[in-house]
Amino acid sequence: MGLYDMPINNLNKLIASGAVQATEVVEDVFDRIEQVEGKVRAYLTLNKEAALQQARRIDEQVAHGEEIDPLAGVPVALKDNICTKGLRTTCASRFLESFQPPYDATVVERLRARGAVILGKTNMDEFAMGSSCENSAFFPTHNPWDLQRVPGGSSGGSAAAVAAGEAVYALGSDTGGSVRQPAALCGVVGMKPTYGFVSRFGVVAFASSLDQIGPVTRNVQDCALVMNAICGRDPLDSTSADIAPPDFTSFLTGNVKGLRLGVPKEYFAAGTDPAVADAVRAAVDKLCELGAVAEECSLPHTEYGLSAYYIIATAEASSNLARYDGVCYGRRDEVRADLLEMYLHTRKNGFGPEVKRRIMLGTYALGSGYYEAYYLKAQKVRTLIRRDFEQAFQKYDVLVAPTSPTTAFKIGERTEDLLAMYMTDVCTLPVNLAGLPGISIPCGFKDGLPIGLQLIGRQFDDGRLLQAAYAFEQNTDFHQRRPQLDGTGR
Amino acid sequence: MANGYRIVIGLEVHVELRTNTKIFCSCANRFGAEPNTQVCPICMGMPGTLPVLNKKALEYAIKAGLALNCNIASFSKFDRKNYFYPDLPKGYQVSQFDLPIAHGGWINITGEDGQPKRIGITRLHLEEDAGKLLHEGTDAFSSLVDYNRAGVPLIEIVSEPDLRSPEEARQYLTELRNILRYTGVSDVKMEEGSLRCDCNISLNPVTTDQYGTLVEVKNLNSFRAVQRALEYEVERQAALLDSGCQVKRETRSWDDSAGVTRSMRSKEKAHDYRYFPEPDLVPVAVDQAWVETIRQDLPELPEAKRKRFMQDLGLPPYDAEVLTASQELAAFFEECLAVYDDAKTVSNWVMGELLGYLNQEGLDITASPVAPKQLGELLQLIADGTISGKIAKQVFVQVCQTGKDPQTIVAEQGLRQISDSSQLEGIIAEVLAAHPQVAEDFRSGKEKALGFLVGQVMKATRGQANPQLVNELLRKKLQ
Repeated sequence: MGLYDMPINNLNKLIASGAVQATEVVEDVFDRIEQVEGKVRAYLTLNKEAALQQARRIDEQVAHGEEIDPLAGVPVALKDNICTKGLRTTCASRFLESFQPPYDATVVERLRARGAVILGKTNMDEFAMGSSCENSAFFPTHNPWDLQRVPGGSSGGSAAAVAAGEAVYALGSDTGGSVRQPAALCGVVGMKPTYGFVSRFGVVAFASSLDQIGPVTRNVQDCALVMNAICGRDPLDSTSADIAPPDFTSFLTGNVKGLRLGVPKEYFAAGTDPAVADAVRAAVDKLCELGAVAEECSLPHTEYGLSAYYIIATAEASSNLARYDGVCYGRRDEVRADLLEMYLHTRKNGFGPEVKRRIMLGTYALGSGYYEAYYLKAQKVRTLIRRDFEQAFQKYDVLVAPTSPTTAFKIGERTEDLLAMYMTDVCTLPVNLAGLPGISIPCGFKDGLPIGLQLIGRQFDDGRLLQAAYAFEQNTDFHQRRPQLDGTGR
Repeated sequence: MANGYRIVIGLEVHVELRTNTKIFCSCANRFGAEPNTQVCPICMGMPGTLPVLNKKALEYAIKAGLALNCNIASFSKFDRKNYFYPDLPKGYQVSQFDLPIAHGGWINITGEDGQPKRIGITRLHLEEDAGKLLHEGTDAFSSLVDYNRAGVPLIEIVSEPDLRSPEEARQYLTELRNILRYTGVSDVKMEEGSLRCDCNISLNPVTTDQYGTLVEVKNLNSFRAVQRALEYEVERQAALLDSGCQVKRETRSWDDSAGVTRSMRSKEKAHDYRYFPEPDLVPVAVDQAWVETIRQDLPELPEAKRKRFMQDLGLPPYDAEVLTASQELAAFFEECLAVYDDAKTVSNWVMGELLGYLNQEGLDITASPVAPKQLGELLQLIADGTISGKIAKQVFVQVCQTGKDPQTIVAEQGLRQISDSSQLEGIIAEVLAAHPQVAEDFRSGKEKALGFLVGQVMKATRGQANPQLVNELLRKKLQ
């Protein structure tokens, strides 16, 4: 096992003891990047010099006998919609191709304060709109398990980087499944914390009421460590919850005795790959073997989730993306005609087709005369979906479902069939609509492609998910498998 | 001017709140700074930034709402008003749509008939201001933008269509400005843009209750402009209706130098602002106990003060109106009254000498060179016969110019009034000797002649003689 492939805990201990230098870890990860990045293409921007500088600081601290934080010296990749001071943040969009934020996102500030080493910025669907990373304005990212296939999206770069050993862990953002779905497709752990647990300040907004930052890691313990670093009230984000987060590692007991699991039947609807359904059911059996009790349950409004999501998310996006008008920052197409022409050219050339489609959808849904029929109705559906979950959680502690109905699909396979593409998120987006925590962990393989198990919890009961996920992980070996990227790949 | 028509006017007034910082970020809220020096990533709407509500702005909005007799919402929220314009960094304005912080208020004005008239206030909501476009020093294809104002807290106050003449509109604005100035939530200076007004006006035949077609008038930069623009619109719309034409539903812009309104855009092409709840801010649950604290904190407002000045101090309505035009002036008056308690006399001097002097020097009452106590003492000097009213006016000017106390000036310059008849009798004898014909005229019944003689005595004593005493002594002598 190379340094690049080690869990956070082990790396950190090696660095803290002086056995390994943080700079060596950075060098090792960059060697790995050099080796495989040409195939995977997970990164939009690499930050080697600054990373080494940060690593040197940690090494000095260790040399001076100082205690270091559990994340200190461990290299992390950040999705490119998370603002990094002085380091370009593009959202994989032509619009922000050369945008250098003069501020760090709160999560970045928190990671820096803990000595994290920032490797670079990862590829994504433009403005986080997509489920395959194919909507990046620059290039698609490839799934490390099969380079012909997508890594999922929109945090596809983050998931692929972690799966390929190009980062020890990463941060993504999850608006409708954008952390969990690529984690599932890349065979890694991806978590969307409860809405409000992690500050959104500095995350370029897609849909404000749904967006949440989450960790992408190679195991559950790493995920808990990252959660410890990023969760907690931020005065700069009015929607961040004033709830002190627990020590998430305290949930890693391995014990699930008496844990009540609900298995929502609607999450196994037509379109679910039988292999995925089988793997998830097998995972439920495994948890029961370990002492949990499971039962089929129903979330009756699930089928309306997708429609409601695509109205609410696009409505908010149409407004959030209005700031990209060529006036204050980012791209501007100089048209010496009039203001309207400048707007039209800039936005026409600055945004890709999916972003334009969603802006138009959202603009329509909010238009006078349509507001009640679309936006307001969607909000009502959202309430019903939230109630479905509330009712289920009166009986169950954790809900268990597939993360994605299928394994990774081929690049180009769904770009012409938008509904098929949107269906990719059918199991994850209700969790965003309800503001709940969700996690995806590896639970099987089909034809060499990973399958993700999704666990859904009560609001602010994120620890319970880690508890169940950890118990499952410790009694299976799916998380230990690695994609074969040496040689020519597939 | 518009015989046969009912004039219906409603005003939308925007007022900038005088908080230390902007509504959603910690940038300074100060007028007149160099362009783009009071900006940050948040008020520039840079990617990933989020708003956090300034509690002081909320408090000021509630305070304004209470002062305008509004109901304060216990649950309120913010909404996004979406439109593209370069002065709006985010492409939307954070405003309030269906749940404003305050609604259902009113203020009183004096109606056409001289009776008090209540003007309803539909709603008062909180929002952020936009930046400002500058067209100086640029070519035809570019403009400059100053974002210092972007994110300054604003309240929008919408009146009911209760105003029935341009004069009522002016009165409403004046009263509104005074009330807000009293509460201290805003500078309410139209020339600095901290108070801005748009008007809605329609005319309909008095034979029907149905409102006519509404025209919106913008670009009004002074109270005078509001009144003139409305007067112009009344004439214009009446002329159209008289000739059987229809008034077009549109927005018109006031051209102050030409004295006309001009069509800006028709309402059919009106913006669709696509309002929806602002997801970056949590709804506002207003604590009623807090509202009560703010209410307790309200100062005595102009109307109550006017009533008190009239009922308790016996001042005429005009005096009460003038003296309460600003809190500082009213305070000056009352401090003066504490030293010299004849309200009408104090009022006369404040409105006459003091305001006259301040006006002439271009000074605000807060910069008055005369302290209220000094004016009170001056009036006391008249009352106790130390100086005459005429001398007092000279002393007043000297107090203004030197800052010295009235007593000091009187003592230094020997201005004390001559109230000793033995001192005056000699002078009177001289005056009578010098003007025998005038004395004769008086004796033969010409009352006016006495005034001339008094004047001569006053002149001879350089104004220091007690005029009343001179009067008495002259009459005695001439009988």
